[in-house]
Amino acid sequence: MDRSQGRKSRTETELDAVMTDDSAETAIGHRGLQLEETLSFEQGSPDRCGVDLPDPPKTGNRLGGLARKEAIGLPGLSEPQVVRHFTRLSQKNYGIDSGFYPLGSCTMKHNPRLNERMARLPGFADLHPLQPESTVQGALELIDTLAHWLKTLTGLPAVALSPAAGAHGELCGMMAIRAALEARGDSREVVLVPESAHGTNPATAAMCGYRVETIAADDGGRVDVAAFRERMGPDVAALMLTNPNTCGLFERDIIEIAEILHAGGGLFYCDGANFNAIVGRVRPADLGIDAMHINLHKTFSTPHGGGGPGAGPVAFSEALAPFVPLPYVVHDRDGYRLVEHADDASGTPFGRLKAFHGQMGMFTRALSYMMSHGADGLRQVAEDAVLNANYLLARLSPTVTPAFPGTCMHECLFDDRFLKGTGVSTLDFAKALIDEGFHPMTMYFPLVVHGALLMEPTETESKATLDLFVEAVESLAERARAGEVAYFQGAPRFTPRGRLDETAAARRPVLRWKEPESAEEAA
Amino acid sequence: MSALRFTKDHEWIRVDGDTGTVGISDYAQEQLGDIVFVDLPDVGKSLAKGDEAAVVESVKAASEIYAPVNGEVAEVNQALADEPAKVNTDPMGEGWFLKMKIADAAELDELMDEAAYDAYLESLR
Repeated sequence: MDRSQGRKSRTETELDAVMTDDSAETAIGHRGLQLEETLSFEQGSPDRCGVDLPDPPKTGNRLGGLARKEAIGLPGLSEPQVVRHFTRLSQKNYGIDSGFYPLGSCTMKHNPRLNERMARLPGFADLHPLQPESTVQGALELIDTLAHWLKTLTGLPAVALSPAAGAHGELCGMMAIRAALEARGDSREVVLVPESAHGTNPATAAMCGYRVETIAADDGGRVDVAAFRERMGPDVAALMLTNPNTCGLFERDIIEIAEILHAGGGLFYCDGANFNAIVGRVRPADLGIDAMHINLHKTFSTPHGGGGPGAGPVAFSEALAPFVPLPYVVHDRDGYRLVEHADDASGTPFGRLKAFHGQMGMFTRALSYMMSHGADGLRQVAEDAVLNANYLLARLSPTVTPAFPGTCMHECLFDDRFLKGTGVSTLDFAKALIDEGFHPMTMYFPLVVHGALLMEPTETESKATLDLFVEAVESLAERARAGEVAYFQGAPRFTPRGRLDETAAARRPVLRWKEPESAEEAA
Repeated sequence: MSALRFTKDHEWIRVDGDTGTVGISDYAQEQLGDIVFVDLPDVGKSLAKGDEAAVVESVKAASEIYAPVNGEVAEVNQALADEPAKVNTDPMGEGWFLKMKIADAAELDELMDEAAYDAYLESLR
């Protein structure tokens, strides 16, 4: 059995000795390979420089009064110092490349290295967005092929590829809905959002100028159809729903919901954040959806964050297709070309979301993932993601209290009833999981569940990894029941920093580096 | 006469003449956890019962504080801008959010008194 993630690197006795023995304090404070990492500014020294620059030729100063009077403020560092600084920082990071990352609602799946290889092909990587179309036919074909896959998987006839992230995709979808309503002279003002919605949904609706109203959940964690039917009216522009929802449950009544919404003249936005649960199995078009964004970094394995550009394409129904923003790729017998101007468009695009065409690197990675999996492979992704989540749910249900009865989709949701009376909170429990070598699950979200713990294993993980995680959660629950409150409140211990004061960080954030005033302060 | 009333969303309103002071209950602050930010309305803003009166942000979540009755904002607790922690340490006292001019005192009868609120909390546990 693969236990590489949880295998102890030392015996318990050795570890205990290190953790409790004060005499093990080293001369300079480092603990072997665990080094303190100061900021580059604190490491810098004016007598060091990583590069040899020739002295500037003697020329007259033409800057006049604009010449800088103070030092430029760059740290003086040698090349090895810079390399070590960033390497050590990267070692303090925890990512999907370092271990299991069951962060619910985030779909932290493996990023296949094949994607990276494809994205680095010079024909895709080294393009300039203003290059003549005749020289980028392959790249345009890739964009068109990706659009084709997304249309096929969603069953929806149009796609906008330019949005730069999920929330940007939401904005794109809601702007198209607004454009469609305005085109028919309809000035509806309200967007309905279920209680369990992602926080970005109401934010998007508000940003588009709509008033947000919440629809209650029923006892089973799904949208209360009766409450929705009751509220639906001629002032409702749209409903924003996530399916499966953030409780990890499939909205079974979604077709009825779509019918009520459409009969009342509203449009249906679906948050595609949880598409990983249904990709290849359910086509959103068949559920009556008018617009849905797709987080390529979730379902289609492009990297999350990291400061790089993201992509959140949006698929549109027939009703919204004419309003799809510019630019988009069309294909005729002369090859591929970009429709860049409203005058050339077949419909009435609502505008443009980005300066250029979207994130080519993400498009290449996502298409690489799709083509290497194939239709059957993508179906298996959804099946395995749901299977893994249900395995966790089944294994943990005797120990951790599930929020809702029955099976789940791609993520399983627990509440904090199992911690009742122990003095241990969901936060403490999550911190203790860090010491076990895992990234904690999502906590306190969705808000409809008390002390929520939301786990999304994704299809990436093997049964062995899940078993090890279950073992860790079970033993922590055991400790909590045994009354070891201090153990939890002291977690995490095996990290470069212990428990951080999140409250102080939020109330009195330090947003700018300041030179330490004294030696004590620097220490 | 001063009366204390509670809503099902855990706001309280302490009535003094035609003015009511609004805050959140001890239960609410405990559920929210450490409060790090409070967004208060403008003085003079008129609020309908159930309208968003203020926003409170804790380390766990952001939540709305709703107007318990119809009325107009008469004063806000500026001290919370610098010390949102007051909501945690003294939710029923120094941690008040705003004072409102109550439009219709009869609406107060629809809210819970302290005993009824305690019973309501008991039903949630």
